[in-house]
Amino acid sequence: MTDAPLAYLDHAATTPMWPEAIDVMTSELARLGNASSLHASGRAARRVVEESRELVAERLGARPSEVVFCSGGTEANNLAIKGLYWARRAQDPSRRRVVFSSIEHHALLDPVTWLAKHEDAEIAMTPVDRSGRVVVEALRAEVEADPSAVAAITTMWANNEMGTIQPIDEVVRIAREHDVPVHSDAVQAAGYVPLDFAASELDAMTVTAHKLGGPVGVGALVIRRELDPVALLHGGGQERDIRSGTIGVALIASFATALDLTVERQAASTARIEALRTRLVEGIRRIVPDAIVNGDPTAGPTHRLPNIAHVTFPGCEGDAMLMLLDAQGVECSTGSACAAGVPQPSHVLLAMGYDEVAARGSLRFSLGHTSTEDDVDRLLAVLPTVHERALRAGVR
Amino acid sequence: MRIVAAMSGGVDSAVAAARAVDAGHDVTGIHLALSRNPRSYRSGARGCCSIEDSNDARRAADALGIPFYVWDMSEEFADTVVDDFVAEYTAGRTPNPCLRCNEKIKFAAVLERALALGFDAVATGHYARLVEGPGGVEMHRSADHGKDQSYVLGVLTQEQLRHSLFPLGDTTKDVVRAEAEQRGLQVARKPDSHDICFIADGDNAGWLAEKLGPRPGAIVDESGAVVGEHDGAYAFTVGQRRGLRLGVPAPDGKPRFVLDIEPVSGTVTVGPRASLAVDALHCVRPLWCAAPPVAGEYTVQLRAHGAEHRAVVRADGDRVEVELLDPADGIAPGQACVVYDGTRVVGSATIDRTSRLARS
Ligand SMILES: Cc1ncc(COP(=O)(O)O)c(C=O)c1O
Repeated sequence: MTDAPLAYLDHAATTPMWPEAIDVMTSELARLGNASSLHASGRAARRVVEESRELVAERLGARPSEVVFCSGGTEANNLAIKGLYWARRAQDPSRRRVVFSSIEHHALLDPVTWLAKHEDAEIAMTPVDRSGRVVVEALRAEVEADPSAVAAITTMWANNEMGTIQPIDEVVRIAREHDVPVHSDAVQAAGYVPLDFAASELDAMTVTAHKLGGPVGVGALVIRRELDPVALLHGGGQERDIRSGTIGVALIASFATALDLTVERQAASTARIEALRTRLVEGIRRIVPDAIVNGDPTAGPTHRLPNIAHVTFPGCEGDAMLMLLDAQGVECSTGSACAAGVPQPSHVLLAMGYDEVAARGSLRFSLGHTSTEDDVDRLLAVLPTVHERALRAGVR
Repeated sequence: MRIVAAMSGGVDSAVAAARAVDAGHDVTGIHLALSRNPRSYRSGARGCCSIEDSNDARRAADALGIPFYVWDMSEEFADTVVDDFVAEYTAGRTPNPCLRCNEKIKFAAVLERALALGFDAVATGHYARLVEGPGGVEMHRSADHGKDQSYVLGVLTQEQLRHSLFPLGDTTKDVVRAEAEQRGLQVARKPDSHDICFIADGDNAGWLAEKLGPRPGAIVDESGAVVGEHDGAYAFTVGQRRGLRLGVPAPDGKPRFVLDIEPVSGTVTVGPRASLAVDALHCVRPLWCAAPPVAGEYTVQLRAHGAEHRAVVRADGDRVEVELLDPADGIAPGQACVVYDGTRVVGSATIDRTSRLARS
């Protein structure tokens, strides 16, 4: 076992489980019963699942029948985009276009590009502005170029690297005007901004438990009843026959508990976390005056998540800083994906118009429900030396 | 000391890192991603840049309880090692990319980065010994003569040696494997890598052919008579006998060998073994571990795992003249001439040209 970090600043990767969610998980693990069995044990397990579903639905502004439990964000995104594409194309073979934003997580980008490569989809990527927000007019132009050929539109609710919140209302309006199904990956948003699925008028929305204090390995695709996506997994017909597989009672119960607590405490914790972020950003600027804080500077549910600070350190490599911070017990992320452990420059920063050097020289600090001033101060205490060394190593 | 342990995913570098930890150093494991295409898994022949190797290195670091990161050096590697490899073959020479990698990547780009980041040295699993001598750090041949890798390290300067650590120098390979087993390292039985790491299947000629395309030329004998054709002079190395596919048999019926490669016309000259013998090496680009050698008798090694030859070495600025006391066969320009004083590495130079001294 390695020691707990002195400062965990990577809550956007995964955040600690709420103790209550751990309690529910462990007690449910001790329960016997397949939720699809017809006997008493099965019914008891099923009851836990359905109560969880009701709780999740309530907290997300959805109806229980709209909640399809699955293994997490990656699966929910795959199910949404592939499932909707296949379903729409089956109804109308001329609908082959998928419109998506350039800053989507790989869990959405990769299924979309896979559809283009293997399933004859035509993909249209919408650009973002310098703060990482989708340019609505460009999205409108993409759709209106040939509305009858569009199979689906997807735009994430909040970006996982920048925290920039996307203009979901306007994306939905365009989709509605042209009667195209619209999905949003709300994995990062769910913990930090109020979500109301019904009010959003989205057709489908992705959430995952481990970004809001629940366990890894469970999430949900919230999807309107009228939509009938083609399944990825075929089998016992669980979860509306959209997602077969024995239902993970303990995971689902724990997810529901975590979401319930998160939403209940959201208003208070958002203010607290935003204040910590301010402390962090101001501290970094004091120590490294030329540091650039990326994304939208304005706080609030139409601008930026309260918990993410994405910072470029000119002349430094993010990898080098990450390693040096790690050695001091401060854990953060470069925000970019890894191919075989080889860090790649962030496609999000590139899409925002940064060059590759800037894209390599950035770190994402993300806060969460357990973050404290001590965590921030620990980072600020070690940053001068770390920055000096990283600057000395320079950019290759 | 704060040490970067370069971990290839093989048994040697894993044990080297373990010994650095035991010696009380603060060790960080680094796997160098050298391939532009690390996504490919590779089976069979091993190199140093597959995902499997990176995972093996990570698991060894886990077992040692040290932090582990991957450093992407693929651009530097492509620019300074792979491009040079291709250019050298194109110029009719036979390069050794491992020396080049040690000179420019492992003990240069990596070492510089490590020092800037606050580390004191780089440790590798090379079989060579470092000892403190009167003139600074000395590098000696490994205790395991069969595994000795001082040849591929002959390009290191005093500054580089001062920041290097070879924890396996006193040990034989058998002991290293046994030690890995004892330490519970999963790589204990992993086969050794032999090939050039970026040429997965060991088919250098095929790899070059893919890069350079066909460049047909003539194969001539020593009189200039055409005895065959080839698809690319880069497929040949001085001293090579196999794969010549000559149309015209030799007058004496004996095997023929590549004597010379003329890069501009692509002409490959072949002849009998006797014509391969040379005893004068004209070398360039000397790199000395400490002071340059004073003119005198030394031993030299002319290829990896090659024999030792007694020689008189005269260093003169950026040129080095080497006179072999006994003529040697198949010395390919482009290879390094590493100079030894007993077991001590004096330094190296690149063989530019060879000739036969007119001696009675
Ligand atoms: C925006 C976004 N979408 C999807 C995912 C993937 O979710 P999961 O880890 O549950 O598969 C993540 C998390 O890494 C994310 O940040």
